[in-house]
This record gives sequence, C-alpha cells and structure tokens, in this order.
Amino acid sequence: MSTVTTQRATEPAKRVRGRSRLGDRLLKGYVWLILAWLFLPIVVMVVFGFNDTQSKSNVTWQGFTLKWWGRLGDYPDLTEAVLNSIQIAVLATVITTLLGTLMGLALGRYRFRGQGATNLVMFAAIASPELVMGASLLSLFISSGVQTGFATVVIAHVLFSLSFVAITVRARVIGLDPSIEEAARDLGASTWVTFWRVTFPMILPGVVAGALLAFALSIDDFVITQFTSGSTQTFPLWIWGATRIGVPPQVNILGTLIFAVGVAIAVFNTVLSRRRT
Amino acid sequence: MKRLAPYLLILPGGLWLAIFLVVPMVFMASVSTQEGDVVNGFVQTFNFSVYGDALVQYRTQFLRSAGYGLVATVVSIALAYPMAYWIAFKGGPRKSTYLLLVLLPFFVSFVLRTVSWKFLLADDGMLLSPLKSIGLVPGDFHVLQTTAAVIGGLVYNYLPFMILPIYVALERVDPRVVEAAQDLYAARREAFTKVVLPLSLPGVFAGVLMTFVPMTADYVNAGILGGPENTMIGNIIQTEYLVNNDYPTAAALSFTLMAAMLVGIFAYAKALGTENVLEAAAR
Repeated sequence: MSTVTTQRATEPAKRVRGRSRLGDRLLKGYVWLILAWLFLPIVVMVVFGFNDTQSKSNVTWQGFTLKWWGRLGDYPDLTEAVLNSIQIAVLATVITTLLGTLMGLALGRYRFRGQGATNLVMFAAIASPELVMGASLLSLFISSGVQTGFATVVIAHVLFSLSFVAITVRARVIGLDPSIEEAARDLGASTWVTFWRVTFPMILPGVVAGALLAFALSIDDFVITQFTSGSTQTFPLWIWGATRIGVPPQVNILGTLIFAVGVAIAVFNTVLSRRRT
Repeated sequence: MKRLAPYLLILPGGLWLAIFLVVPMVFMASVSTQEGDVVNGFVQTFNFSVYGDALVQYRTQFLRSAGYGLVATVVSIALAYPMAYWIAFKGGPRKSTYLLLVLLPFFVSFVLRTVSWKFLLADDGMLLSPLKSIGLVPGDFHVLQTTAAVIGGLVYNYLPFMILPIYVALERVDPRVVEAAQDLYAARREAFTKVVLPLSLPGVFAGVLMTFVPMTADYVNAGILGGPENTMIGNIIQTEYLVNNDYPTAAALSFTLMAAMLVGIFAYAKALGTENVLEAAAR
C-alpha cells in the first residue's frame, strides 16, 4: 500500500488536475444529456399543441397553427375534467396544509410518546405504492357503502400529500432559533402573540413550500384518483381515457398551461426563499 | 396543557392517516375473503382459497413486475448516481437550480409525459420514421409494446426519486473528509470507493426504496407503452377492481402485493431508520 501511494504522490500534480477537469466536463455533459432526456417528452407536448393536425390523432407534424388556442373548449367534458382537477387540488391543498403544518409543528418542536409511531406511519404513507393505497381506500368505501366521487378523491389526495407537508414544515421548525421566541416572551408577549407574530412568519416559507408540493402532487395524480373517483373525471383521467382513440391538441395546450404556471410558481418560490436566507 | 400540546397538534392529521391509511388495509383484507358479485352483493365467508387461486393464476404477472422493477431500479442507480454526484460536488452555487430542473418535469402529469413518449416512440413517429426511411432500422422495427419500452418508461418516470436521495446523502459528505483522504495519499479512485461511496450508500438505499416499490406496482407504463406480453400485476389489480368488479380477487392480489412490500418497507425502516427517506421527501 505505502509503496503504491508514495509513487502516486511523486506524480506531477498538474497532470492529475488536468485529467480531473476533463472528467468533470464529461460528467457535466452527461448531466445535461439526462436533463435533455427528462425534458424531451415535455418539449414534444408543448410543440404539438401548435400542430395543424386534421384528425383527432395528433402524432405527425402538419405545420404550425394557433387555432387550437381558440378552440380550447371544444370538448366540454375535458374542460369539466380540468376544472375538477383544479377544484380538487385547491381543496386538498388547503386541508393538507392546515393538518400538515400542525403535525410539522408537533414533530419539530416536541418530544413525545408516539413520535416514533407517527414517523413510521408517515414513512409508510410515503413509501407505500399508490396502487395499494388506492385499492385499500376503494375497499373501505365499497364496504362502508360510500359513493366514490369528488369528496373521496379529496380525501385520498390529502392522505398522500399530508406526510410531505408535515416533513417540509418540520424541517423548518427544527431549524428555528429558540432564543428568538424566548426574547419575545421575555418582552411580555403571550404564547398566542408569540406564535402569530414570531414563530409563524419564520416557518411560513416551509408552509408555502409544503402547500406548493401538495398542489403539484394533487393536480397530477392519476393512480389513487382512478381508484377513488367513481364517475368524476379529472384531467389525468381524461387523458388516460383518450389514449386509445387519440389525444387532441387541446390536451397539449392545457398541459402546457399547467406546466407554465407550475414552473412560474416554483421559480418564484426559489428566488423568494433565496432572498429570505 | 403544555404536555397535551403535541398530541392536540398531531391529532387531526394523525386521525386522517389512521382512518384512511391504516383502517382501509384491514378492510382490504376483509374484502379479499368475501364471496359474491356486484349485482347481488358480497358476503363475508372467510374464503381464503381466493389467495391460492389468484396467486396461481397471476404468478407470471407478479414475477414479471418484480423483474421489471429490479432491472429498472438497477438502471436508475447507474443513471442517477453520476448525476447526483456532479450536482452535489461540482454544482457550485447553481446546485439548487439543477435540482429544480430535475423536479420541473413533475409539473406535467405523469400520464401526459408517458403519452408523449408513446408519440415519440410510435412505429411511424418522430424517432423511428426517419431512421426507417434512411434504412438504418428495418421497416417492421418497433419499440412500443416491448419490454424495453416499459422498463424505459419506468426509469424515466421514477428517476428523480433516485437522484434526490442520493444527492441528499452526497451533499452531506464533508469535502474536508475527502481532502483528508487525499492528503493521506489516497488516489482519486480510492478516495471515492473508500470514503464517498460508503457515505452515500444510505442515499442509494433510500432511492431503491423510493423507486423499486412504486415501479413494481406501476400500471401506467405497461398500459400505455407495453403490449399484452408486458402486463404487470398493477394492470391486473386495476382491471379486476375497476373493470371486472371482481373485488375479492382484486383485494387478494393487492393485499399480497402490499404485504410483500410492507415487509420490505418495515425491514428497511428497522435497519436504516426513516430519516433518509423523510429528508429526501422534504426537498
């Protein structure tokens, strides 16, 4: 071992550095290649929203057009599905953020009996496949005679995003400096005032990040939604139903719009959190 | 009051998880041993033979799903590790931008991305028709409805769940530890295999958990990109529940799948703790 290493140590340092720089550059190229692969189907989705296709199957490029933007509402059931998706996502986000923030506060601030069990259940909610969660929820609803639809989808969406929000808030709570709250109390602020004027503003970025995550998880969800939706349609469910007969360009445009809004919010949040820290 | 505070905070969310995650699993077990049909209703008969029948009938799909999940997980590690490594050690001030780029595709629905791949890979689609017209591949060459298409789709859709935990683990490696190894005359390769790699293994394990489990239970990729020869257990469960309404068989299949996965999930939690996965999820 020592003979090998002394031999290496006498090698000119410059050559080693040159080689590593080439390796880094290759690796960087690789990273961009994977990113290009990740974005390829999204580029296709965006571009084919401008395709001047004649038939319902939108597979080959026929020339550029903006006409689909004017005919966005051609399929009333598609429009309804998108509106359902948005309503479900908003409702699920509000409930999840509320419950998840409370859980995150408890987990980040206190040590209590049952903490390990709570962590384990949250872990199970993240690690369990959606298929299993959807199938067992459907079993519950069938057995108890609950009609599946809008409400059951909201219940399911809260279920799978709750742990993500709780963990995001918990991370923020653990990072808090307790002396700031102590200072507020020393200056005579009540527990309630300390929470709303001191603690809450400090954990707000975590709450916002959690809410965004919950919204993104909900609006894109397919598997659990399919099991718990009954006859209620959502955007991903409509697309799944249309794959066999052909996906119209309106789907591409709606997908593009949701993507654009999501990206804008995510970039905004990143910039904002960078300024805060 | 002070001692009750954490319980009051945890209660609403905890109840939600208990009622809609834990209780339904019991109901699934109950449904699996019922007999009957949708029209006349189901009766609890504790008929356990459904498990044997279903497992024999769908053995192929179970094994195929596990195989696809395994191959796709191995491919994901190979693709994700170098990427996570570069972002963690060479990403510099743009680290969070790269991470954001990895996550941005999630703003397009999983189904829509998979449908896009179906466009791209179609027999007369954008990728294959030029290759066919210049004669690089034979005219009857196809990618859709093959095992490769399904595994490729799985890797594509779940890759970020492998990149993220590996990145979290690598980012925590103190660069000074690596420098110390090099000061002690470790070559670059040795510093990697003896220092960085072992420290990043918890991230790899977390990534395996977060990709293998959902990949094995997936039915979207096999449904959109695969053919009849690629049916996975998820497709069977989905069809039995939602198309055939054969609830006992469907529940028996998904209960078996769940039991197998919960054993793995809890074994993981016991051996490695829950923190690696929870932290990666908080990103």
